[in-house]
Amino acid sequence: MSSADEAAPGDAVGRSVITVAIRSAADIVAARQEGRALASRFGFDGSDLTVIATAISELARNILEYAKTGEIRLSPAQKGGRNGIMIVARDEGPGIHDVPRAMQDGYTTGRGLGLGLPGVRRLMDDFEIVSQIGKGTTVSVKKWVP
Amino acid sequence: MRVPILKQRDYLIASIQSALSDEDLLQLRDDLVQQVGRYRSRGAIVDVTVLDVMDSFAVRTLRAIAHMIRLRGAETVIVGIQPEVAFAMVQLGLTLEDVATALDLEEGLAYLDQVKKAGAPHV
Repeated sequence: MSSADEAAPGDAVGRSVITVAIRSAADIVAARQEGRALASRFGFDGSDLTVIATAISELARNILEYAKTGEIRLSPAQKGGRNGIMIVARDEGPGIHDVPRAMQDGYTTGRGLGLGLPGVRRLMDDFEIVSQIGKGTTVSVKKWVP
Repeated sequence: MRVPILKQRDYLIASIQSALSDEDLLQLRDDLVQQVGRYRSRGAIVDVTVLDVMDSFAVRTLRAIAHMIRLRGAETVIVGIQPEVAFAMVQLGLTLEDVATALDLEEGLAYLDQVKKAGAPHV
């Protein structure tokens, strides 16, 4: 499911905020395709589009694996005259007990390779994570147009 | 979408045509591992040229395919990883470890011919 909930200033072409609900493996593909298309509209090209789509894929996969359901919200980002994309992955799953440890390479409690979060941090420019036990996890990442 | 698998000489060629869901990837794994036996293939090529994203699940599944096919006595080579995809994989820390890769289909076939000439596939 995708929905546009607000319009960015100055954006004339289509929706600039997209929310993709993550409930099944097919939603992972949908989220990264939406992300790639949106990033392209925001001015990204080449390997940045692949990097953004890959980060979205990993974040959506984390949601499915650890929380079962959640959402990926894609929106424009601005900082000091620079433009970029913000990706927010939000779930109401079990939360992460030890966030610093989850940010280390090789740590996993699921069937993944344990590379998800540190890998996503390397792919993106800005990375923030907020997790509360029993309440859920929100990962916010940004990438700036070079 | 199910990935078509072509038989050419004693090789199987799986040519991915579009973005794959997790289920599609697992189907490809099962199909290839089965067909290596059915056609008594000596090698398999998985062409990922069209994939614009290879995330941890895709990489893990490709590695599983190569290892399972090796256990069936044949060799696998992954061909066509795009430069941007290679870049993102390295950033993400994903590796194909001991799985053979080649630039394109032609190089992949040359690799399998070489392995065949050198003798049985080895671990």
